[in-house]
Amino acid sequence: MSLRRILAIMRKEFTQIRRDPRSLAIIFVLPLVLLLIYGYAVNLDVKHVPLCVFDRDGTQDSQDLLKAFQATEYFDVVHVARNYREVVEKIDTGECEIAVVIPHDFSQDLREAGGTSVQAILDASDSNSANIALGYTQAIVAAYSNRVQVEWAQRRGLPAPASVLDVRPRTWFNEDLESMATIVPGVVALVMAVVGAFLTSLTISREWERGTMEQLISTPVKALEIQIGKLIPYFLIGMVDTAVCAAAGVALFRVPFRGSWAALFGSSALFLVAVLSLGYWMSVVAKSQLAASQMALVATFLPTFLLSGFLFPIDQMPVVVQGITRALPARYYVTILRDVFLKGTPVRMFASELVALSMYALVLVTLATRAFQKRLE
Amino acid sequence: MNGNHEFSVTVEKLTKKFGSFTAVNEIGFETRKGEVFGFLGPNGAGKSTTIRILCGLLIPTSGKATVAGLDVGTQSERIRQQIGYMSQKFSLYNDLRVIENLRFFGGLYSVAAEELPKRVEWAVHMAGLEGREEAMTGSLPVGWKQRLALGCAVLHKPPVVFLDEPTSGVDPVSRRQFWELIHQMAKEGVTVFVTTHYMDEAEYCNRLVLIDRGRIVAMGTPTELKQKSMKGQLLLVECEPLGPGLEALRQAPGVEDAAVFGRALHAVVADAAGAAGPIRASLEAKKVAVSKVEQIPPTLEDVFVALTTTRGTRNPEARA
Repeated sequence: MSLRRILAIMRKEFTQIRRDPRSLAIIFVLPLVLLLIYGYAVNLDVKHVPLCVFDRDGTQDSQDLLKAFQATEYFDVVHVARNYREVVEKIDTGECEIAVVIPHDFSQDLREAGGTSVQAILDASDSNSANIALGYTQAIVAAYSNRVQVEWAQRRGLPAPASVLDVRPRTWFNEDLESMATIVPGVVALVMAVVGAFLTSLTISREWERGTMEQLISTPVKALEIQIGKLIPYFLIGMVDTAVCAAAGVALFRVPFRGSWAALFGSSALFLVAVLSLGYWMSVVAKSQLAASQMALVATFLPTFLLSGFLFPIDQMPVVVQGITRALPARYYVTILRDVFLKGTPVRMFASELVALSMYALVLVTLATRAFQKRLE
Repeated sequence: MNGNHEFSVTVEKLTKKFGSFTAVNEIGFETRKGEVFGFLGPNGAGKSTTIRILCGLLIPTSGKATVAGLDVGTQSERIRQQIGYMSQKFSLYNDLRVIENLRFFGGLYSVAAEELPKRVEWAVHMAGLEGREEAMTGSLPVGWKQRLALGCAVLHKPPVVFLDEPTSGVDPVSRRQFWELIHQMAKEGVTVFVTTHYMDEAEYCNRLVLIDRGRIVAMGTPTELKQKSMKGQLLLVECEPLGPGLEALRQAPGVEDAAVFGRALHAVVADAAGAAGPIRASLEAKKVAVSKVEQIPPTLEDVFVALTTTRGTRNPEARA
């Protein structure tokens, strides 16, 4: 091994990156674009659901219930219907996702018949949002029902009926149940995977395409020196990108950062080595920039997006798919990042994930090293 | 180690197959130290394959070759410090400056840090690139690029230099300058192994190998080749039209072989003085207008055509 030759390759790579607009765009623009897209546009929280109300009763009681819907940020009352046809129309056109219909004798039944019901009509074409909206609706109605019972008892001088059992929720780690807090760590992983593998996938294939590889391998430089010299610049760039994304997540999206920076950079370093080697390996195998970069994107972006737990919870997946996620370095990295950002978990708690990442890094480095031969065939 | 220190490259029964295609077929030769050794042949003859084997970039199918006393099969990593190589395609980095390319290859060849500035200066001077050190390599004309590539390949002063078609696509003036550089290096004791398909350039070589379809068809100095390999004498025939003229010439009395050379015909005959008259008469009888028939000294191209077209009928044992 010659430090001199490694430094020569490193300097050359840095110079070429500096002069290549495409590489610069991937390094500086892509991470920000991904972070902004996923940070702002992907919002899994269901809030401000457009609601249509149809009050056929028109009493103080029915208005009280509707006020409860107005008071919450989960619903926006966008239309007050005067007949049933309007209700159907609003749901049909998609203007409202949910309609609450209060029956004629709502108030009377409530006070005299000892019970009544309201109708909720939901547009379930987005089943997830519909489910959540239904949950909100039931909660609001239950709260109202509870209040009515208490008032009824008080008016008669009876003790308020105590709830036998209720839940006192305390949400940990993400107190406001903001989906942003879980997404941003995932975006960091996505950025690393794409930037890392994409950039390195070009590095060897470009030399083959331009014919410079033949000159390069006719010199005494060793294969491992080429690999180290080519990967170190991208490693440093990747680490800077990680830091920028993490800082932007904390500053722009108010994601808490409770763990240690050492844990963040340590796990990021392992993950980077894995994806950089993956890109390098594909670059060696494909020998064409187009094929290598496509392979790198397919191998990193899609799996990280779908199977890392970044957007879709792994424990909700079918068992077979859960098994597949274990083959992805990104899955372990996302788990670690969430621990580091949200929980501040001590390192020993995600030691097994770190071990898995290290193994992937080792395997991919070995594959990349073995694939590259200083020969023309 | 090869005991014979007189030779810098030795090749013995070297064969390279790609699948069922035999690119190089049992070739053998030696190059002496400090000579300009030419490898001449048409495209696809096996020149680049041979050079790549000698540089350790391809593994031979069979046979043996040594460069600077080192075996190409087992010691290719050590060979790389002993050689300079210029591939057929221009292969420096177009997006690096002249000076950056030179420093990069200086680093790869581990040229001593205190010596590097001197070597870089020498290479810039040799390539005629003074004042353009900061120019982007991609912006240079082809001739200058090739001289820069040569400079990069010999920064570490290798004893053997392999140049694969270094002058293809280069204008005539730059070609001549390039050959002056080659001869200067040879004078300093460097063995220069150069391939070309320009027959006129072959005259600049000390010794030549003619290669066709993977086989060596002749070997020797340019003069030797011209004397030994041509059986008979050569006539230049200028006539109109050329196509029917060639047909008629092949059937003319005393003509052993005929071929088109530029806008004229060359004919191989046993006795030039005696054959000129009958040839002219024979062509004119077939309504071909003959403007000139005269004896000329053979060029290497004539030698090459003679050797490759008669192969099979004549034993190609013209080896020196």
